[in-house]
Amino acid sequence: MNRFRYACGQAVKQLKRNKGMTAASVFAITAMMLILGLFFVMIVNTGRIADSVRDDYNSIEVFYLDKTEKTEIMQARDDISKWPNVKNVKYRSKDQAMKILKKRWGDSGYLLDSLTENPLPDSLVITVKDIEKAGKVAKKAESLKGTEDIRYYKDTVDKLIRFTNGLEIAGIIIIIFLIIISIVVVSNTIKLTVQSRSEEISIMKYVGATDWFIRGPFMLEGVMIGTVSAVISAALVAVIYGRAAAAAGDGLVKVLSVPMVSAWDLSLILLAVFLVMGAGIGALGSMISMRRFLNV
Amino acid sequence: MIRFENVTKLYDNNTGLADVSLDIQRGEFVFLVGPSGAGKTTLIKLILKEINADSGSIFVNDTDVTTLTRKEIPAYRRELGIVFQDFRLLENKTVFENVAFAMEIMHHSREEIENRVPQALKLMGIEGCSERYPGGLSAGEQQRAAIARAIINKPKVLICDEPTGNLDPDTAFDIMRLLSVINSTGTTILMVTHARDIVDRMSKRVITLENGRITGDHIGSYNIGSRAGMPAGKTDPGLKIDFDWSGGGQG
Repeated sequence: MNRFRYACGQAVKQLKRNKGMTAASVFAITAMMLILGLFFVMIVNTGRIADSVRDDYNSIEVFYLDKTEKTEIMQARDDISKWPNVKNVKYRSKDQAMKILKKRWGDSGYLLDSLTENPLPDSLVITVKDIEKAGKVAKKAESLKGTEDIRYYKDTVDKLIRFTNGLEIAGIIIIIFLIIISIVVVSNTIKLTVQSRSEEISIMKYVGATDWFIRGPFMLEGVMIGTVSAVISAALVAVIYGRAAAAAGDGLVKVLSVPMVSAWDLSLILLAVFLVMGAGIGALGSMISMRRFLNV
Repeated sequence: MIRFENVTKLYDNNTGLADVSLDIQRGEFVFLVGPSGAGKTTLIKLILKEINADSGSIFVNDTDVTTLTRKEIPAYRRELGIVFQDFRLLENKTVFENVAFAMEIMHHSREEIENRVPQALKLMGIEGCSERYPGGLSAGEQQRAAIARAIINKPKVLICDEPTGNLDPDTAFDIMRLLSVINSTGTTILMVTHARDIVDRMSKRVITLENGRITGDHIGSYNIGSRAGMPAGKTDPGLKIDFDWSGGGQG
């Protein structure tokens, strides 16, 4: 405990005395994390919008022939709801379908009143859990007894899946790249810091300091720099994103009916990730960069 | 105190040291001289265990240096005091902190450190520089601080690698005076030097290295053979009086 306190004290002292290097390290790491954070926020939101758009197309409507008994349809409903990948199944009678149609036609809805007979069929509306596997459910439903037709946005869904998958993959690749770049930048910053003090390390070795006695304060310096950078960058992301969300959020909610992810939640996640990343890279980076100089 | 037994060290087939044997007794003051590239630095590095010998054995303070593991090196080095030509002070620590560092690695208490460091600085005549950084000190003051650090843990052996190499003659003699005082308390001193005048005036044991071999081991002056016949390993008692430049210039 005493030694830990000593190491902490030394680390704080050295950070203060090497102000220039400390500031440069914090700046470089903060900048890197800020870029990473903003990208992360963008990708999370894009993913969320894509998800909500996909949700609009995750239903399959199975139309029944007029002669099909209602009990038969209800039986089918119960069966289908037990299938894998089926979230729920709703029965839609021809009257309900007509109501929906009238509503959709709006002001021209009265035109439908002139119909003497409701031409719409009874149907089952199947909501699937995973839109990518909706095709299977649709095929199976179509083969059921008494069905006339199914409505399933196959082309749209396929395009949507391809688009959102592409978006997700691109996002993941960009994030991975950014993480790699951050690690490289952070480790290089630490390497420079350690290198500028290689003489100090070798002197300590000559005087008889053990590796851990020398490493301790250096690693703690790395952890402190990483932590401070993480807090600053997470706060900056929160502020920038908060403002952007406030400005664009209303519009987006109206157009896509998707609220943006809350700035607060995201910042907390980012803060946790950055803290682990910053402190971890700070400690490990220092340790690895020092290895060469400790061999005296 | 320091014993080399048939030690050989080669660098890419160039000889650093060739079959060197020597024995330095407790309390001796020994100069190690020779032209550049003679193997002096190699010898010091071997003692510090910075490099390993290809063959032979090295004993310091009854420790077999050649068999030390990497983990044992720090504890071993703490038993040595080391003084370099370029002082090697920690630039971002004050003089006090530099000296204290050598005690901190031994886990001495704060109290003990605050008690002993000022004493050492006073002994070196730099008590006024305690809170200053090495960059703001004269070369002589820096070397005194380095010596204070080297002796703070009361080592039995003090290794000095050209300690006066960067100093003007007056300051150099001041440093030699301090080293003599340290030696008189029983500390064995091995000093690498090119300073002929210092060696001549000190009249101590002189080991000459040339091309990795010991070509001279006698008591007296830098010039080989000037006092030939004096058995090595014994200090001529009469020579201690020779040391009389206490009034020399101040660094």
